[in-house]
Amino acid sequence: MSSADIYRELILDYYRNPRNFGKLEKFDIDSRDTNPLCGDEIEMQIRVGDGKKIEEIKFTGKGCAISQASASMLTELAKGKQLDWVKEVAKEDVFKLLGDPELGPSRVKCALLGMKVLKTGVYGYLGAHYDDPEASDPMT
Amino acid sequence: MLKTEPLDVQRIRADFPILRREVHGKRLVYLDNAATTQKPQVVIDALVDYYSRYNSNIHRSVHTLGEEATAAYEAARGKVAKFVGAPAKGLVLLRGTTEATNLIRFAWGEENVRKGDTLVTTLMEHHSNIVPWQLLANKKGAALKFVGLNKDGTLDMGQYEELLKESPKLVAVTHCSNVLGTINDVAQICTKARRAGATTVVDGAQSVPHMPVNVESIGCDFYAFSGHKMLGPTGIGALAGKKELLESMEPFHGGGEMIKEVFLDHSTWNDVPYKFEAGTVNIADAIGLGAAVDYLSAIGMDKVREHEVRLIEYALETLAKVKGFHPYGPTDPRKKGGVISFNLADVHPHDLATILDEEGIAIRSGHHCAQPLMRWLDVAAASRASFHVYNSYDDVDVLKAGLEKAGAIFKV
Repeated sequence: MSSADIYRELILDYYRNPRNFGKLEKFDIDSRDTNPLCGDEIEMQIRVGDGKKIEEIKFTGKGCAISQASASMLTELAKGKQLDWVKEVAKEDVFKLLGDPELGPSRVKCALLGMKVLKTGVYGYLGAHYDDPEASDPMT
Repeated sequence: MLKTEPLDVQRIRADFPILRREVHGKRLVYLDNAATTQKPQVVIDALVDYYSRYNSNIHRSVHTLGEEATAAYEAARGKVAKFVGAPAKGLVLLRGTTEATNLIRFAWGEENVRKGDTLVTTLMEHHSNIVPWQLLANKKGAALKFVGLNKDGTLDMGQYEELLKESPKLVAVTHCSNVLGTINDVAQICTKARRAGATTVVDGAQSVPHMPVNVESIGCDFYAFSGHKMLGPTGIGALAGKKELLESMEPFHGGGEMIKEVFLDHSTWNDVPYKFEAGTVNIADAIGLGAAVDYLSAIGMDKVREHEVRLIEYALETLAKVKGFHPYGPTDPRKKGGVISFNLADVHPHDLATILDEEGIAIRSGHHCAQPLMRWLDVAAASRASFHVYNSYDDVDVLKAGLEKAGAIFKV
């Protein structure tokens, strides 16, 4: 796969016009993390509605097209879902949103930063702890 | 190029086996030299030769292998010291610049810094010349203050003079910025610091590999650099220090080699520099660094510098034609080391590095271990192309084509 395939129209569009970008006035979950390797930064805020539903979700951040687009796509997917759904989200789901690009190990971290932020925030809200399976990788 | 070239790049390239490899089917264009340089065959051979012929511990083995290894290790120390104009007895071999600044933090800082003292560094430092002083200042209750920058990426010398009025205990400054390429007038900075009573530390990680350096004429108390950025192996570097200062300091690590006598309740220390080389040192890599110094000396550091000045001049001129190209730091190649940091429109450096990698081009992207500087530049990240002896004008042309491709993909 060439970089022209990785950076398709869709990813560039989400990079330059991110959906659900911004801050919430009222929120129940606020989660932030960075990728020290490249300085990517994502913060997500969630307002939890009745029946533990993701009523509203917004994100802010700085970073590469892959990290910002994947975070934005993830917020779209998460909106309206039950909090428990977040536990089921897997990295494959994120890759699918991005169009299954062929990413090297360092770029996979960019793609998964949004998911890590989402899971850390929601797990914490549910009184659980999210163990990032990628965290043992010394590349971070 | 009509002018006579200072280096025969094609001949030099043949000395570096890694440059024969391909990346994604393309010729490797290695432009990440400020992070680490490639190694010539003579350096690789020096390591293999040590391990295959005379691998042995040094300074304490009386047998033939031990004596050969000791002689080779000490010869390497002599070469490295001479290369930067320092006496061999004042040159500590250690892991690299980071270990050197941390040695100073503990072995000098513990005894000499007190509550209320001021330590001075600058906004253009690598984290290795910030974080040790931050840890020292926080532990001692001292203040760490930063010399800011002028718009052109040079140090604000007016502000520096103001900070010197506070009689700082320490002035720590880089000789050459790893991001902006700014070459600081460290001789002048050290002279002023000395008059103010400060001890001086110069980070030479980006200068020793690229230009002639003489620590005696700089007049600093400590000068630190890393071997792997100057064609040598990883895990070896040096700290050149004023001998009387090194002698007055407590040891850094305790253990074998650094002692004279050990009793149950106290020990006496070995002479400088051995006092700071506890345990079994990095013998092979020190010998490898000696070979790298021989290689660079044979080329001549004035020629290395002239080569890089011309490459930078050509690169700044060539890359300026790429739409969206925005370089940082001084624009006069004579006032700049062999690095160009830049951004390409709104393309994030990591996306850019991925696209360039596909073309066989290796650049650095990110914060370059200089987050305070990145904040000053008001960018989250930047890309950096950095040169060494084996880079050619052709490499710059390949980079230009790569940037144009990235621009097309991102519709810059």
